[in-house]
Amino acid sequence: MDLAFLADCFLRIVPGIPMTLALTALSVSVGLVFACLLAAMRLSGNTLLDWPARLHVFVFRGTPLAIQMFLIYFGLAQFEVVRTSVLWPYLREPFWCAFGALMLNTAAYGSEIVRGGLLAVPCGEVEAARACGMSGFLLFRRIVAPIALRRALPGYGNEIILMVKATSLASMVTLVEVTGLAARIISTTYRVFEAFAVAAAIYLAINFAIARAVAALEWWLSPHLRGAPPPAPDLRLAH
Amino acid sequence: MTAAPPALELRGIVKRFGALEVLRGISLAAAEGEVIALLGASGSGKSTLLRCINCLEIPDAGEVIVAGEAIVFRPARGGRVPADRRQVDRIRASLGFVFQSFNLWSHMTVLENVIEAPVHVQKRPRAEAIAEAEALLAKVGIAEKRHHYPAHLSGGQQQRAAIARALAMHPRVLLFDEPTSALDPELVGEVLRVIRGLAAEGRTMLLVTHEMGFARDVASRLVFLDQGRIECEGPPAALFAEPPSERFRAFVARHREEERLRGAG
Repeated sequence: MDLAFLADCFLRIVPGIPMTLALTALSVSVGLVFACLLAAMRLSGNTLLDWPARLHVFVFRGTPLAIQMFLIYFGLAQFEVVRTSVLWPYLREPFWCAFGALMLNTAAYGSEIVRGGLLAVPCGEVEAARACGMSGFLLFRRIVAPIALRRALPGYGNEIILMVKATSLASMVTLVEVTGLAARIISTTYRVFEAFAVAAAIYLAINFAIARAVAALEWWLSPHLRGAPPPAPDLRLAH
Repeated sequence: MTAAPPALELRGIVKRFGALEVLRGISLAAAEGEVIALLGASGSGKSTLLRCINCLEIPDAGEVIVAGEAIVFRPARGGRVPADRRQVDRIRASLGFVFQSFNLWSHMTVLENVIEAPVHVQKRPRAEAIAEAEALLAKVGIAEKRHHYPAHLSGGQQQRAAIARALAMHPRVLLFDEPTSALDPELVGEVLRVIRGLAAEGRTMLLVTHEMGFARDVASRLVFLDQGRIECEGPPAALFAEPPSERFRAFVARHREEERLRGAG
């Protein structure tokens, strides 16, 4: 085992971590907004909103992410309309193309997770809120959203981890992130195992941190699923 | 000066589920302080009637009048809907509803459940709502559980918390939808004791129940529903002494038989 080479690999791959994290953070956060939008469209009961949302999920869930990235980065440039459009400054940048593909992808998967969370809100609890005079946004903010969030969080944590790994495809559209830097080392040293093993370890570390963070958030949000609290202090002290 | 309107009045309530007509024109008025027990076999429409009062079900015809104010409906596809959502919200906030399955909000502690609507719907100061909630929880006997989550309580405790939640809104009328039907037999008593206490305070209440003995003790009036209609009604003592209808008599006899079997078992 050539520890010196491993250390060298590590130091040369580390500069790619910010790109991996930036792609993940940006696509997951924007994707979540779109996911909520798509879920709302699916649940609206309006065919004109439901249908486009279904189509989006069908297309982005049903085709490989790599091909989506290729289509956006290499494919769209073929068309004059695209090259003259206001979006061109973005669409010619590999970063924005990778971001776009990742974001639209996680929006599709995420919308199903969000929809599942919303559908899992017990209707009795919603009815109780209505019976208390809640409706509209107040009902959503105080009752529906907090319960749906708790139901959706484990699934969504999974999705974030999948996204971290999916960013490795961005190296195929020339972006220099963890996988891209590992590939660069291999092209000069031909030591495939070491370079990719170091890259894999870095992904593992990132995902370990994310999994812990999600678990901590889950723990913090679900005191109602843990044991009962110790006996309350004497009532007279509370007054 | 006219007499004060009844706390709650229903006129000709009709409710259909598809082809099934569950309520066939129910009219009923509850004066201030009156305790009305709704009795009837399963499927007689008593829970549906209760749910029509606060628009958890929308009656297909008829009027719901709370303290003189009629809920306004407008025609819509396949029936009608409330014309003004804010009016419904306001009327719902003036009716305390207690569900068979408690329906406490699972992500909130008991105390948070009780102050939720006073703070966020009625916009009362939080400190005031907390002080009142603690008094209410003491009243229903679960003060020491106020920082527990519903999942940590027994069914009887959950239902008492739900009653405190309903009381915190200062409701004009309390609506109980089979409040003890989901409870283990040994937990029924503690909930009935709380409801009995509320009746004794002179609160206006409508109570759907299978506890016939309890209804007889607590209610100022019994209303017996059969196949979506009021078959008979009156003060409990009079109704039980001389059942005015054969169906009511049969219902009572069936219930007594069941209670006797349960007692024997």
